[in-house]
Parts: sequence; structure tokens; C-alpha cells
Amino acid sequence: MKDATEPLVHVAGLRKAFGATLVLDDVSLSVRAGEAVALLGANGAGKTTLLRILATLARPTRGTASIAGFDCGREPECVRERIGLVAHGTLIYEDLTAEENLRFWRVLAGGQALAAHLREALAAVELEPYAGERVRSFSAGMKRRLSLARVVLARPQVLLLDEPFAGLDQRGKKWLEEYLHAFKAGGGAIVMVTHSFGRQLSVADRIAILGGGRIALDRPRSLVTPEELARLYALHTEEAP
Amino acid sequence: MRFARRAWILAWKDLTIEWRAKETLNSLFFFALLLIFLFQFALGPDRERLSAALPGLLWLGFILSGLLSLGRTFAGERDNDCWDGLRLAPGEKSAIYVGKLAGNLLLMLAVEAIFLLLFGVFFDLDLVAALPGLALVVGLGTLGLAAVGTLFAAMTAHVRARELLFPVLLLPVEVPVLLGTVKATEAVLLGEPLGTVAHWLKLLAVANVIYLTIGVLTFDVVLDG
Amino acid sequence: MWFSTGRRGLTGVLGWLAALGLLAGLGLALGVAPREVSQGNVQRIMYLHVPSILTAYLAFAIVLVASLGYLVSRRQAWDHWAGSAAELGTVFTGLTLASGSLWGKPTWGTWWTWDARLTSTAVMFVTYVAYLMLRGMIDEAERRAQFAAVLGIVAALNLPLVHFSVLWWRTLHQPPTLLRPVPAALAGIFRLTLGVNWAAFTLLFAYLLAKRIRVGRLSEEGLP
Repeated sequence: MKDATEPLVHVAGLRKAFGATLVLDDVSLSVRAGEAVALLGANGAGKTTLLRILATLARPTRGTASIAGFDCGREPECVRERIGLVAHGTLIYEDLTAEENLRFWRVLAGGQALAAHLREALAAVELEPYAGERVRSFSAGMKRRLSLARVVLARPQVLLLDEPFAGLDQRGKKWLEEYLHAFKAGGGAIVMVTHSFGRQLSVADRIAILGGGRIALDRPRSLVTPEELARLYALHTEEAP
Repeated sequence: MRFARRAWILAWKDLTIEWRAKETLNSLFFFALLLIFLFQFALGPDRERLSAALPGLLWLGFILSGLLSLGRTFAGERDNDCWDGLRLAPGEKSAIYVGKLAGNLLLMLAVEAIFLLLFGVFFDLDLVAALPGLALVVGLGTLGLAAVGTLFAAMTAHVRARELLFPVLLLPVEVPVLLGTVKATEAVLLGEPLGTVAHWLKLLAVANVIYLTIGVLTFDVVLDG
Repeated sequence: MWFSTGRRGLTGVLGWLAALGLLAGLGLALGVAPREVSQGNVQRIMYLHVPSILTAYLAFAIVLVASLGYLVSRRQAWDHWAGSAAELGTVFTGLTLASGSLWGKPTWGTWWTWDARLTSTAVMFVTYVAYLMLRGMIDEAERRAQFAAVLGIVAALNLPLVHFSVLWWRTLHQPPTLLRPVPAALAGIFRLTLGVNWAAFTLLFAYLLAKRIRVGRLSEEGLP
């Protein structure tokens, strides 16, 4: 039985190599319910790789990654039921309307796609007036908001985010911040890969820096001032091979 | 029931997008026309020679256009990381196989209907009498092509030189289907009763069962690879 | 695991046995076995041709089993067996086709004929060449193993369909054509020669397979 006090996201001794290139060496990380961890690191440090392993899109060479007690490598379908991924790709079919896109992903995930719920999700990201329009005519910001609506609709337990604020305007960023705070308050866990040190970091409870294939730093955000963060970041990412 | 809904939404998505963009269908209709010209030029004006070669030419046409449409099965998933989206959707991946297969089947049958029409017009054939038998043979053969083609399309979607590798992988496997359908079509066009080619039809049916079973059982391996 | 250093001794023994077998087989085929009445010395190619195709069948049976084994267990060792066996099987099939061609030209006046057995063998050859091409196009070991396993199963289960479809294609409206690589009833000495060569080929195949698997394993060691 899955223990309620277990962390929602648990990574231990994770190792990932692509052929002869070692990207992740010995990564360990835990995130509890109601907690958000910001994952920082230089380009190529392996942040996206780690996120993809958690999202069951890649398999580790060694070590374990699990979500809500389910192993990402051995029980991917159980993990997929509980996660929402917001990454670079928007997961949008340009020739379908906004509502049709949401309906497609919802039904494919085995859910009910009642028109009322779809409209609700669109309204949450302020896309309801465009529900019946083909996505091809949307701006980049609108497409990103639609992709967030898709995740909102899925009601995941864990959010895996890769630069989620990129491509959003001020209103969009504010909305996302509020949504993430509410998500945590509802008991969800968040792993957020980001490059920015700005106010989006306020969502995070902990800051982790990935360098040299491992978690070089894992500290509560309240204990790190912005200046210290910049210094620590420079320190640990210079250690990267 | 959930399986059926998921397969259905995938087929619906593919057909809706195809209907709105009309990229594949229009090009394939035109391709069919061009192939007819090609066959005529390659074989010359001798009507006897053309008549004898007709069943083979028909299936050559079906296979060539089938290669084009099957090869594009997952082209829509290349944008916006939708391929990852398919992998992330929880539930049996074989529903995606069945949905894609259904979409491919409908598309191929539409193109083949146009082919038959054009054949009838350009080579002055009366196909009406042979229609029921023809429908059965074409149905069995197209399913055989699509069942393996959909699986291999997923397999080659992210492999180097996929446009070349896909036909190279598919054609050797389709030899039994090609032989069976040409022989059966020959008989049907000559007005012979279907009983004379019952063994071929059984072969096609068995092949389809084998291909569909492998497809359903291994699609998640191919999608998640 | 399977081919640790302790096993290198076994591989060596296989090699020696294969060499001995081939020598014996060659001696029997060229020296001891009598000259065949109707075809002349060319008929001796049979002692190469038939063992080749039988060895190829063995190789492809291994590919099927190894493909299933990989999909069930996901252990990389199965994939090494599958890939190596497929390579060797393809080579032996090519040898079969080439030797058949060399046999056919002086005997029946043609390099190639679309008779049932030749055609099936050619389709089998082409199928596994395609399998090898797929393997060659994928760099990541795990993905290559998975896709090759699926293709390996499709290819193997397709072979009986190929066999019957080609057979019916050739024989139902025409009498079967002439190429019969193995005469219907073989006298004792012919059978002995064939048997020795077959055994030698099988030993050679086992030796080459062991070597090839070892090379495949070594090329993946030293990777993190």
C-alpha cells in the first residue's frame, strides 16, 4: 500500500547515460505533497533529462524515480495518470479548435469530456471566447495558455514543469503563479525546471541546483537570498564537467 | 468500452484534421491519376497486354499510394511534441494503434475507390459485376497493408532515413498479401466464383489475424521505444 | 553470465570441431562421394547449398526465440543473440542463393528462375536484410533491441505465409519447375556426405555466433 507520508516525488541514485556520455550521475531528490522544488542548472546539466525521466518519457540507466509510490520505469501508466507535464512543446493540433484539442486529450486519457468542463478550463486561462476557433490562428501566448488548460483539466497530483512561464504575458504569468500556489495548497507537488531567478521563483519552497551530474545544492528558498543564490549558482555550475 | 472510445477519438482526430487540411487525400487522388498515366506509358498501347496485367497494376497502384499514406501516419504528431502527448496519455497504447489503423484504412479505401473508378474509365472496364467480390478482396488486402504499415510507421517515426526505411521494411513482409490479392483480383475480374480462390482469401484472413495480433500486442513497445 | 572467460574454452573447442568437420566434409564432397550421373561434378555444390539453407533456418529460428525472449525479459543478452544470429542467417541465405545460382546455370541454363523455393528463399533474404538495416539505423541500444525484436517476430511469423503464398503462386496453374536441390531418394554415401557437411556447417555457425555475440557484448562494455 502506498504510504501517505511518503514523498510524492522520489528520486534516488539516478544515473542516465546516452551511449558514452554521462548526463546524470547520482541524483537524489524528494518532493513532498504541497511542496514545490525549483531545479536550476547550466545548459546541458541534465535538468530536462531528469524531468523526462520523471515524466516516463525516458528510462534511467540506473537508480529509481517514482511518483506517488509508482516506479516511473516499471509502472509508467500509473505514473502517467497522476502527472501533468508542461514543457517546450504545447501538445496542440493546429487544425483542431481549442475545445476540440482539450476534448481529444481528455478522452484519450480515458476521461469524460463534458462540454461544461472543457469550457470551464478554457475560461480559467481566458480562452473561452476562442473555444471554437482553430488553434492555427492563435498567438504563441494563447497556445501556451491552451496547453496549460489541458494540464488543469487533467487534475494531476504532480506537476512537472519546464520553463512554464516562458511565452506568457504579465497576466498569464500572474495567473500561473496563482494556479501553482493553489495547486500546492491542494496537496500537489511541483518540480519546476527554470533558468530565471526572478519572482517566479517565489512559487518554489526549495531550490536545487543540478551540476556535475548531481544535485549540488538543495536548500529551502527562504534560507537563500538572491545574491547568495547567484553566487551559489555560479559556484556549482562551474563544477560541471 | 473505454478502449473503444479512446480508439475512436484518435480516428476522429486524424480524419477531422485530414478533412480540414485535405493535404493527404487530394495529393493521393492526383497521385492515382498520375500512376494510371505511368502504367499506360510503361506498358504501351497494346490492350491485350494491359488487360493481362490489370490485377497486378491495380495492386501496384494500391501499394504505392498505400506506402505514401501509411508512411505519413504519424506526421501530424511531429509538431508541438504531440508524439510525447500520445505516450503520456494513460491507458493501453493498443487503442492508439487501433485508432490510427482505422483512420489509415478509411483513407486508403477512399483512394482505392478513386483508383478503381479511374481504372474503369481509362481502361474501359466494367467493374460493376465484380464489385462484391472486389470489395471483399480489396478490404482484406488493404487491412493487411494497413495493419503492418501502421505498426512500422510508428517504428520508423524517429529513426534515421525513415522515408526510405519504411518501404524497405514493409514490402518484404507484404509479399503474401500482394500475391494473394493479385490472384484473387484476377479471378474476380474474370468473373470466376469466389470459391475458386477460397484458399487465397483464407491466407489473407490468417495473415490479417497474425498482423493485427502482433500490432495490438507490441504497439506499446514501438511507441515507447 | 553467458560468455564469461570460462566459456572461451568452449568457443575454442567449437572452432576446432568446425574446422575438422569442414575438412572432413570437403574431403567427402570432393573426393569420396561419387560423381552424379546426370549433372556431373556441378552437383557437388549441393553439399554447400543444402547445409547453408538449413543453417540459415536455424539462425532465423534463434532470431525468433531471442526476439520473444527480449520482449518478455528486457535483458540485453537476448538482443545480442538476435542480432548476431540474424547477421549470420542472412549471410548463409546469401550463400544459399549464390550457390543455387551457380548450380543452376550449367545444369538448367539459367542463373535464376522464379520457382517456389528460390523465390521464398529470396524473399526471406530480403526480409532479414531489411531487419539488419533497421538495426543499423538505430544507435541507442535499448531502442534498437526493442524495435528489432518486434520486427524479428513479424518477419518470422510471416515466413510460413510467404512459403504458402509463393508455393500456390507457382504451382496451382503451372506444373512445378525443375529446380530440385535434393534428389528424391539419396543413396547412402550421398546422405553421409550431406550429413557431415551439415554438421560441420552447424558447428561453424555456432562458433561464429559465439564470437559475434562476444564482440557485440564487448562493444557495449565500458559504457556507463
